[in-house]
Amino acid sequence: MTNLVEVRNLRIEAKTDSGRIVEIIKGVSLDIADGEIVALIGESGSGKTTVALSLMGHARPGCRITGGEINVNGKNMAALSEKQRAKLRGTDIAYVPQSAAASFNPSATIMEQVIEVTRIHRLMPPEKARKRAVELFRALSLPDPEGIGARYPHQVSGGQLQRLSAAMALIGDPKLVIFDEPTTALDVTTQIDVLKAFKSVMRAGGIAGVYVSHDLAVVAQIADHIVVLKGGEVQEAGSTTEILSAARHPYTRELLAAFEPKRRQAHADADAGAKPLLRIDNVTAGYGAVRDDGLPLIRAVNAVSLVVEKGRNLGVIGESGCGKSTLARVIAGIHPAAAGDIIFDGKQLERAASKRSQDQLREMQIVFQYADTALNPAKPIEDIISRPLAFYHAMNRQARTKRVDELLDMVRLPRALRYRRPSELSGGQKQRVNFARALAADPKLIICDEITSALDTVVAAAVIELLKELQRELGLSYIFISHDLSVVEAICDEIMVMYNGERVEQISPDGLKAPAHPYSKLLFSSVPKLDPTWLDGLVRDPELVTQYGHR
Amino acid sequence: MTMARAAASRRSLLGHSYNVVGVVASLVILAWTLIAIFAPYIIPHSIGDIVDDDYFGPMRQALWLGSDYLGRDMLSRVLMGARYTVGISLAAVFIACFSGVVLGMVAAVTGGWFDTCLSRFLDAMNSIPSKLFGLVVVAAVGSSIPVLILTLAVIYIPGAYRFARALAVNINTMDFMTVARVRGESTAYLIGSEVLPNIIRPVLADFGLRFVFIVLLLSGLSFLGLGLQPPLADWGALVRENIGGLPFAAPAVIVPSLAIASLTISVNLLIDNLPQKIRDRDA
Repeated sequence: MTNLVEVRNLRIEAKTDSGRIVEIIKGVSLDIADGEIVALIGESGSGKTTVALSLMGHARPGCRITGGEINVNGKNMAALSEKQRAKLRGTDIAYVPQSAAASFNPSATIMEQVIEVTRIHRLMPPEKARKRAVELFRALSLPDPEGIGARYPHQVSGGQLQRLSAAMALIGDPKLVIFDEPTTALDVTTQIDVLKAFKSVMRAGGIAGVYVSHDLAVVAQIADHIVVLKGGEVQEAGSTTEILSAARHPYTRELLAAFEPKRRQAHADADAGAKPLLRIDNVTAGYGAVRDDGLPLIRAVNAVSLVVEKGRNLGVIGESGCGKSTLARVIAGIHPAAAGDIIFDGKQLERAASKRSQDQLREMQIVFQYADTALNPAKPIEDIISRPLAFYHAMNRQARTKRVDELLDMVRLPRALRYRRPSELSGGQKQRVNFARALAADPKLIICDEITSALDTVVAAAVIELLKELQRELGLSYIFISHDLSVVEAICDEIMVMYNGERVEQISPDGLKAPAHPYSKLLFSSVPKLDPTWLDGLVRDPELVTQYGHR
Repeated sequence: MTMARAAASRRSLLGHSYNVVGVVASLVILAWTLIAIFAPYIIPHSIGDIVDDDYFGPMRQALWLGSDYLGRDMLSRVLMGARYTVGISLAAVFIACFSGVVLGMVAAVTGGWFDTCLSRFLDAMNSIPSKLFGLVVVAAVGSSIPVLILTLAVIYIPGAYRFARALAVNINTMDFMTVARVRGESTAYLIGSEVLPNIIRPVLADFGLRFVFIVLLLSGLSFLGLGLQPPLADWGALVRENIGGLPFAAPAVIVPSLAIASLTISVNLLIDNLPQKIRDRDA
């Protein structure tokens, strides 16, 4: 046996609730050599996590491994009994889940959970395990390696927790570690620390890894080989440089192309002297008890001003917790501001949505990040889109049916989709319905709160293209809130950088190469690039990192 | 394992999958409902007539279910009893669930003072033991069908309210509620169109469960002599008046007990085995 992992012709089936059997993995084969990191990349539903989990002999409920061989370290995981597999898990193969926050037990200390593997498999006495854990904490460059084990999971940050779950996986000295999108939920500035830590530990220990991700740029930094999956089949496999420089398969090219979104052409017809559509002055909002000065205890948005001109787009960018979503909710009146003015279309708006007039509400629409929760799961698409038509425009049934057709055409969805429910649509389709509902109101301004963050790269790029087209046709303005610089860059005329509830800087996309404010510098330099040498070559100003990075 | 077994006994029809247990349970409920509606036309004897020479007579050709402690036809009395048990319980559970669910959804959607005051008031109501409450009301105003219905409804409103509110609070945090609010929708639209469709299944299950509770409470009250007054009798009252037949193993005491059991167990089984819509459409 030459390779640590040899998967041959793997087949996995799932059973739907009507008893129909669907093959979700259709004959996948892959090899992983000792000490090598292989990335599984593909959009959601491509089967990348299913393949990764099968390496542990695990199939999620309702799924079944029906064919093929999964040889890991000379043992066929598909043929072993559950008891034999359990013996290998944690010692031969370990798993790092996507959401470390959801995978830790909130009522036990971190150390107890990290050394649990050694206790279950009786690998070493607890004293020795603790020492080993502290070594791992140090290797993963966690702050205070001696003391962090005594804390509870909620007392450390998301990036630290993700590294701690890697420590948990590594303590049993596995030969293979499976990383399931471990940095997807993290901010770019945090992601870098986590990636660096993973890379150095894996390299030092000569451990093989499987890295599941949909982010090609992240994968480029950490993987030796890339396997591109789609629809449960391997589309293309090769070394990282091969895939990045000379991708042969159209789907891989599409993935690569989504990385370089076309810059929006500045509006020629947008006259410079146009009145601003929305102006907000010194708006402050937050949470907690209101103090004597009328301001809340915790200010999520602190004295922010901005201007959106007709037919132009403003991007708001910043990491999680910087107050960008609160800003969107303040403008829409969902979370009334504590101080400041909101002037929309020449008129001062009430701070709370409930006090605004119906027309004011209609002209400003908000689209939320998660289409799953923004669409009522109990209603068909037709009802969802036609409600604003009935509510704002008092259309009769016939007119509504016609308009729903037009709106579905506008967002490039087949008309037959109107009878379906949200749960029967894909993520991208749901987001389009979400957007069609906002369009149904005939708004002047649409606030987009991270609308592409929950989507796959290729799908997100298509949604952005759609937004641009609709803007050309309908003369809309967008406020585009995101943590993803490339998305904002692709669609916005002006970009506002937020940090800690305050506006740090406002720049045009052309000025992105040379931001003036140190935080913008750190943020922009942290966005991963497709170049595989980027992470190793990245030098960050340590002062900036200590000042702004949430390690 | 349970999943595999459930899947094996499921049949599909009209885009829904059915379970054999659920079908049998619904047939039992349907039978009792039909009996409740048509009882006056199908009973062989009037419920007050003494038709047997002996009391606690055995089952035989002439009297299928024997006779009661006065020698009246047991079959007729059980069939008519279905009318009162099912009718009163159904009316009470409708009032209880309708008011409870509407109040619960409104409280969850409006929040604030309305929610706090209503919740505390209904919690206080909930703390009164139900049988005791029933005893006090019936002792104070006397027993009649409307009084029984209202008392039973009032006893079960707080539970329905709590249940619906807990479900609606979860729905209320969803983004589509925010979208509807920012659109300027009224509370009536919010609860009727956005919240209700999402909680209707558990609410229906709760409806069934509460129906069972009410049947049992009504039977309990009747057993204590506070329910329907003679010669009318619901199933609880039938058990009580024939309890003297227990040493003789008379069918008169067993049959109404079986009737109560068959109805309540069927409702419970139906709730657990409601037909499920098959979401996998492109099969």
